[in-house]
Amino acid sequence: MRPIATTRMEAGIPTGRLAVWWVVASEIVIFGGLLVSYIMHRIAHPEWGGHAANTNVWIGATNTLVLLTSSLSAVLAHKAALGGDGKKAARFLYYTFGGAVTFVCIKAAEWTMEIRHGYTITANTFWSFYYTAAGLHALHVIAGGIIMLIVAQTAKRNLELHRVELIGIYWHFVDIVWIFLFPLLYIAK
Amino acid sequence: MSDHAESAEHHEVNYVRVWQILVVLLVISVAGPFLGIKIVTLLTAFGIAIVKAYLVAKNFMHLNIEPRYAVYLLLTVLVFMLLFFAGSAPDVMKHEGSNWVKPRVVVEAAPVHH
Amino acid sequence: MAESIPAEATHAHDDHHHGEQSFWSKYVFSTDHKMIAMQYMFTGMAMAIIGGFMAYAFRMQLAFPGMDVPGFGIVSPANYNALVTNHGSIMIFWVAMPVLIAAFGNFLIPLMVGCDDMVFPKINRLSYQIFLLSVIVLLSSFFVTNGGFGGAWTSYPPLSAKGQYSLTPLGSSIWLVAVALEFIAFLLGGINFVTTAMNSRAPGMKVYDIPIVVWTIVVASILFMASVGPLFAGAVMLFMDQNIGTAFFDPDKGGDPILWQHLFWFFGHPEVYVVLLPAMGISAEIICTFARKKMFAYKTFLYTMWATGVLSFTVWAHHQFVAGIDPRMAHIFTVTTLLISIPIAEMCFIYIATLYGGSITLTTPMLWALAFVAEFLIGGVTGIFLGASGADIYFHDTYFVLAHFHYTFYPIAIIGTFAGFTYWFPKMFGKMMNETLGKIHFWGTIIPFNCIFIPLFILGAAGQHRRIYSYEHFPELAGPQFQDLRIFATSALLVMLAFQLVFFYNCFISWRKREKDAGDNPWRANTLEWSATSPPPHGNWPDGLPNCYRGPYEYAHPDREEDFHPQHVPS
Repeated sequence: MRPIATTRMEAGIPTGRLAVWWVVASEIVIFGGLLVSYIMHRIAHPEWGGHAANTNVWIGATNTLVLLTSSLSAVLAHKAALGGDGKKAARFLYYTFGGAVTFVCIKAAEWTMEIRHGYTITANTFWSFYYTAAGLHALHVIAGGIIMLIVAQTAKRNLELHRVELIGIYWHFVDIVWIFLFPLLYIAK
Repeated sequence: MSDHAESAEHHEVNYVRVWQILVVLLVISVAGPFLGIKIVTLLTAFGIAIVKAYLVAKNFMHLNIEPRYAVYLLLTVLVFMLLFFAGSAPDVMKHEGSNWVKPRVVVEAAPVHH
Repeated sequence: MAESIPAEATHAHDDHHHGEQSFWSKYVFSTDHKMIAMQYMFTGMAMAIIGGFMAYAFRMQLAFPGMDVPGFGIVSPANYNALVTNHGSIMIFWVAMPVLIAAFGNFLIPLMVGCDDMVFPKINRLSYQIFLLSVIVLLSSFFVTNGGFGGAWTSYPPLSAKGQYSLTPLGSSIWLVAVALEFIAFLLGGINFVTTAMNSRAPGMKVYDIPIVVWTIVVASILFMASVGPLFAGAVMLFMDQNIGTAFFDPDKGGDPILWQHLFWFFGHPEVYVVLLPAMGISAEIICTFARKKMFAYKTFLYTMWATGVLSFTVWAHHQFVAGIDPRMAHIFTVTTLLISIPIAEMCFIYIATLYGGSITLTTPMLWALAFVAEFLIGGVTGIFLGASGADIYFHDTYFVLAHFHYTFYPIAIIGTFAGFTYWFPKMFGKMMNETLGKIHFWGTIIPFNCIFIPLFILGAAGQHRRIYSYEHFPELAGPQFQDLRIFATSALLVMLAFQLVFFYNCFISWRKREKDAGDNPWRANTLEWSATSPPPHGNWPDGLPNCYRGPYEYAHPDREEDFHPQHVPS
C-alpha cells in the first residue's frame, strides 16, 4: 500500500512525475560528463575526424529514425492513458518496446561489423569514447525497454496508468541523448 | 487536477505532425555534410540537434505545461555541464603549458582485417 | 493542495501490519524510513570503527616507524598506502554520507514534514541494499591478491589505472566498483528525499516553515545528484582503462590524466558541501532548541545556503593548482574559492547571532553543536590560505591541507553525528542518554581532537608532505622536534579512541533501560517530529497526520506562557 506521503502534491505535480524529472536531471550530468569529455578531446584532436569517418552515418540515421518513431509511440501511449484506455496505451508501449529492440539489434549488428574491421574499443581513444558513449546509451535503452514492458503489463489491465507518462518522459530523454550522440559520433567527420 | 488541463492541450498538438518535422530535420542533418562546407555541416548537425531536442522536450515531454521549476532544473544542470567544459577545456584541449608538453600521440586507425 | 485530516486518518496504512511482523520483514527487509535510517546509521558507525582503526594503524606507523602495531602488525609501505586510501574513502563515502544524509535524512524528513513515510519506500529499501552491497564490495577488496587499493581516495591515473604502478590491480578495480555502487545508492536515496520534501509536506507547511535540517539535507541531495554524473562517467572510463586497455587517461596513447582530475574534483568539491550542509542543519536545530530562540535570519540562511550550493560548482580546480593547469584558470578558481568562504562564514555568523541573547542550556547535544561551529570555523579559515593559488604552491600536498580538511571533515562527520545522535536519540529509542557520560565523552573527544591536528598544521607549515609512510628518509623532517609532534598527535588519537568507549557504553545502557523515560518531547522543541511518540510507530502518527500552523522556531514569544510553540498546535 502506498504511503499517504506519495499522494500529496505540495509542489503541484504528482510525486512520480516529480521524481522522474530529478532522475532525468541526474542522468543529464552523467551523460553530460562523458560527452563533454569526448567533445574536449574531439576538438583538440582534429585527426579524430578521420577515425569518425569510419562510422556508418546511414546506420546511425536509421537508428535515429527508430528512436524518434518510438518516441512518437510513447507519447501516443501517454495520450491513450490520459483517456483511460489502458489497452491502447499498452499496445503503443509495446510498439515503443519494439523500437527499443530494433535499436539494440541494429546497434549489435553495427558493432559486430565495426569490430570485424578492427575498430575495437581499444583501437584508439575515439573508438573508446564511441563504444562507451553509445554503450552507456544502449544500456539505458535496454533498461527503459524492460521497464516499459512492466508498465505495459499493468496498464493493459487499466492499472497504474500514470506510469505510462513517467516511462515516456524517461524514454524521450533517452531519445534526446541519441539526438546529440548521432551528430557527435556520426556526422562530424 | 492538472491532468484535465493537460488533455485539453493535447488536442492542439498533433504528435504525428511533430514526428514528421523531426524526420525532415533528420534528413537535412544527414544531407548537410554532403555540401562539404564545414560551417553548414556544424549548423545542420548540431543546430538541428538542438532544435530536435527542443521539439521533443516541448511536445513529447510536455515541458511547456509542466511547472516552471522543471525547466529551470534541467537548464541549470545543462549550465553546469557548460561550466565543466569551461573549467576543464583549457587543460584538456591544450597541448602545452608553462612546464609541460603533451606529446602528440597520433594513433593510426586499426588495420583492416577480416 | 491541502487534504483534510479526517480523510487521511481513514487512509492510515498500518492496517496490514496489525499482525506480527517476522524478524526479517521488520528489521532486514523493512520499507519503513525509520528502520532504513537505523540500518544506514549502524552500517555507517561500523564503517567509522573500521576507518578509525585504519587511522590508528597508520598513525602508529608514523609515530613509531617500523613498529609492530598491536592489532595490525608491521605497516609496510604498501599497507600504509592502502590504509590512508581506504581511511579517506571510508570516512567520506561510507561514514559521513550514510550517517549524515541517509540516516538522519531518512529518519527526520518524513517526521519533520509531517507525513507517514518516504514517497517511495521500496526504492528507499533498494538504496540501502545497494549501499550494503557497496560496503561488502569495498571490504572484500582488502582480501584479494595484493590487498586493498592504495592510490589515494582521489585515485589519480596513471597510478590508479595501471597495475604495474599501483601494484593493486584487483584492489583498484574493486574499490572503483564499490564507489560506483555507493553513488547509485545515494542517487536513489536522494530522489526520495527531494520529492518527499517537495511534495509531501503537512497541510499548512509553507516553504519557509520547513525546518533548516530538512532544507540542508535536501539541498545536499540535489548538489550530489547534480555533481556526481561526470565522476560516474569518469569511473566507468577509469575502470575500462584498468581492465580492458582503453586509454582515456593514458598520456602514452593520447589520453589525458588531467581530465580525470577535472572529472573527479567537479564532483569532489560539491561533495564536501554535500556533507557539510546536513551537519550545519543538525547544528541549527540544536542551537535553536537549546538557546530557546528562533533562528536569527532564516530566509537569509536559506538564500546563503543556495548560494553556497551554486558557488560550490565553480571552485573545483583549487585542488589542482599545482597539477599544471592553465595559470589563468588558477586565477579564476582562486577568486571563486575565496568568494565561497563568505556565504559559509555568514551561515556560521547566523548561528552566533542566534545564540546571542538566548537562554542557553549546555546539554550534551548543545555542546556538540557549539563545538561544530567553533572547530569548523578554524577549518574554514585555514582553507583561505589554501584557496589562494600562490600560497597553495607551498602548502599543496603538505599536512597543512590534511589538517585543514580534518578541521572541516571531522566537525562535519564526527561532531555533527554526535550532535544529531545525542539530540534525536530520545526520539529514536524513547529513552534519554546519560548526560554525565555524554559530557565526559564530549570533552574526551574534543580536546584530543585538537591535540591531534594542531601539530599537523605545524608539521605541514614546516613542509611535511602527505602520503609518506615514514619520515626517517627525509632528514629535514626527521628531527626530534618533528617526530615529537607526530608522537604527540598519535598519542592524542589513542586517547580520543579510548573515550569513544564511553559513548558506546552510554548508548548501550541507555538503549537497555527498561522504561521509555524520554516522553514525546523531552527537549520542548517545536518541530513536528516531537509531536509523534518516542519512538514513532509505523506510519508515524496513527491517529492522523499533523497539520502545520507556524514556523519551526517559535520560541520565547513574549505573549505566551510557554517558551515554545510547536508547529502542529492550532492556536
